[in-house]
Amino acid sequence: MALTQPVSQPGASHLELPENVVVSRLDELASWCRKNSLWPMPFATACCGIELMATGAAKHDLARFGAEVFRFSPRQCDLMIVAGRVVMKMLPVLQRIWQQMHEPKWCISMGACASTGGVFDTYAVVQGIDRFIPVDMYVPGCPPRPEQLIQAIIDLQDKIQREGTITGREFNTRQRQQRKRALVEIPQLLTVDASRNPNLQRQLAGSARDLHDPSDLQ
Amino acid sequence: MSSPSDTLHESSKTSPAANPHGEALEQAYGPLEYSVYRGQQRVVVPAEKSFDVLALLKQRGFDLLVDVSCVDYLEYRGATDRYGLIYLLASTTSNERLTVRAFVNDPEPAIASVVPLWKAANWLEREVWDMFGIHFTGHPDLRRLVMPEAFTAHPLRKDYPLQGRGERHNFPVITRDHS
Repeated sequence: MALTQPVSQPGASHLELPENVVVSRLDELASWCRKNSLWPMPFATACCGIELMATGAAKHDLARFGAEVFRFSPRQCDLMIVAGRVVMKMLPVLQRIWQQMHEPKWCISMGACASTGGVFDTYAVVQGIDRFIPVDMYVPGCPPRPEQLIQAIIDLQDKIQREGTITGREFNTRQRQQRKRALVEIPQLLTVDASRNPNLQRQLAGSARDLHDPSDLQ
Repeated sequence: MSSPSDTLHESSKTSPAANPHGEALEQAYGPLEYSVYRGQQRVVVPAEKSFDVLALLKQRGFDLLVDVSCVDYLEYRGATDRYGLIYLLASTTSNERLTVRAFVNDPEPAIASVVPLWKAANWLEREVWDMFGIHFTGHPDLRRLVMPEAFTAHPLRKDYPLQGRGERHNFPVITRDHS
């Protein structure tokens, strides 16, 4: 019935669509395709990698979210999952692999070590990969459970759907970053008047004593 | 050369006779320092004689070099020398084991390489060079083993800060605009 009707009529206030036709913005269509076929690049260097494998395995079944196609060539991937600590000798490799991936591409920093260095606060371990490559999602945990990684992928899908454009305008980040920074400018330091607040006076005196008392250190 | 070993551990000094190889070593190289720690035979040799002593021990049946390692005794209680090198030897025929220790000092700690005796020493000595900066004279290929080649420090020395000197942050930053 609907197919026989004309698509539009001159002077009509809205479009008359035939059946099985959906109107959308091209940006949203592209984002919808991209978010449902994320191909992960597993950059697994430690125990987080075991959880990453568990996430892809049968029980948690990453295929439900279209992200089960792990590829070991960065040329074929669009989502890098950094799972585990990254040492300073490995970081140039990580950066090179990131640069070999094609746009559009995203990055998940999985676990405490990849995000912050974790307990490995030593000369050899990079204290968070986001110092050197862009990161879209952080997953807390040591290591995170597969459910947490799945949640991160779902959140990343939401982000892609929300911000994605077919020409990748969202990756031209310099202006966007500057706009974002302008929103979170640090307010001027509050000046605290302790003269009328005995509670605060006690706290300040206590913290000063702790700082100067060497017996605490022994 | 005095060694920190007698005050650092609860080892008991023994006479050369208590060590199965003691008499042969004494005959060749004069008095050395012997001790037993939890049943392990140990001998301390002067660094300049270490190669000859190890060569003799290899002749006497120690055909397996288990490990070459090092300890930095900087600011250690009772220590008189800075670096303690440790050679763990074993014999695959008699199942004997022997720990040989030698001490070297700053400013240019060096000792003879034992690669001519055991090929296993090649990478072991490279690791000690990488981590402690001990120079093994006569080593055929003394490059860093673990750290990147451009690394300049020897990170297991006690005077090297745990968090490094900024090496872990010395990389270009890749932003979305670059990649």
